[in-house]
Amino acid sequence: MEVLKDVVKPVIAGFGITRKRLAHKKVTFFYPEEKREQYPRTRWRHILTRYDSGLERCIGCSLCAGACPARCIFVQAGENTDAERYSPGERYAVRYEINMIRCIFCGFCQEACPTGAIVLRKDFELANYQREDFIFTKEMLLEPMPVNPV
Amino acid sequence: MPKRVETVVLHDSSTPVLGDIEKGGSVIVTTIDTVLNQARANSLWPLTFGLACCAIEMMSTAGPRFDLARFGMEAFRASPRQADLMIIAGRLSKKMAPVLRQIYDQMPEPKWVISMGACASSGGVYNNYAIVQGADQVVPVDVYVPGCPPSPDALIYGIMKLQEKIKRGQSPKSLKDLRMVEMTPRHLEEVNV
Repeated sequence: MEVLKDVVKPVIAGFGITRKRLAHKKVTFFYPEEKREQYPRTRWRHILTRYDSGLERCIGCSLCAGACPARCIFVQAGENTDAERYSPGERYAVRYEINMIRCIFCGFCQEACPTGAIVLRKDFELANYQREDFIFTKEMLLEPMPVNPV
Repeated sequence: MPKRVETVVLHDSSTPVLGDIEKGGSVIVTTIDTVLNQARANSLWPLTFGLACCAIEMMSTAGPRFDLARFGMEAFRASPRQADLMIIAGRLSKKMAPVLRQIYDQMPEPKWVISMGACASSGGVYNNYAIVQGADQVVPVDVYVPGCPPSPDALIYGIMKLQEKIKRGQSPKSLKDLRMVEMTPRHLEEVNV
């Protein structure tokens, strides 16, 4: 009788917990095969956007560089001419570089941007082997040209 | 892939000595290396080295939602003798740097290092006198994972990059690859010219 109380009963109770857990919904994301849906306000890799006409939104004002708490953005501005026009305003960014390894993805650059040029999208696959590869240049950040510019 | 090298460390392990850990040449034929590399890549044993908030994301990577056990590395070891992957999770202060280096030296070869997050990789926002500006000044880092902190899937992506590197048969970075100066775009330009 003692055995029944001290051994068999707890064992059955323990298996009962196992049975309850088996009925749970599976929670694991099988990441490389299926990607989970990121939350709506997730901030990851930066993109420099364009207007529908194909002109760049960035006007080279360096407000993003000023707002950056990690000081990881470098902007060098140049003057637009009628022959070579990159953005609708007077100036455009000749160089736009982000040190992605120092960036903390706070989104202050996105908030500071007066034209909505720099946005943080949800591409999180940024890991790499060399530290030099993390300096993202303007060519890497810029959105591809729209297929048929308006 | 170099074979196991026995190094007798005569110096104080916290002082960087660059010359003495020379890797030996490959002795056995390459097919065994391939098998070995597969085994190594699929059973990495990470060392718990949580220094700051990134450690929370590292722990949740090992949790059921992202489940690091799928990659054969659920066994987080507290002892450096039983680990071959160091995940530096968090900002590395200058007081912690000798400790980190000593623990790295105590790990058996081959060993790899992942620098997780902006602070461990480059100092991040903490560009001040207290924080080491990049853990690669202290230990050789194989994979850098940006983010503040990197989400568990970003860390898993970094781990997959490391597994790719091991499977390709590339040797881990040695102490010769230590970086003493941070590269800014301006420096890079000077190098490329």
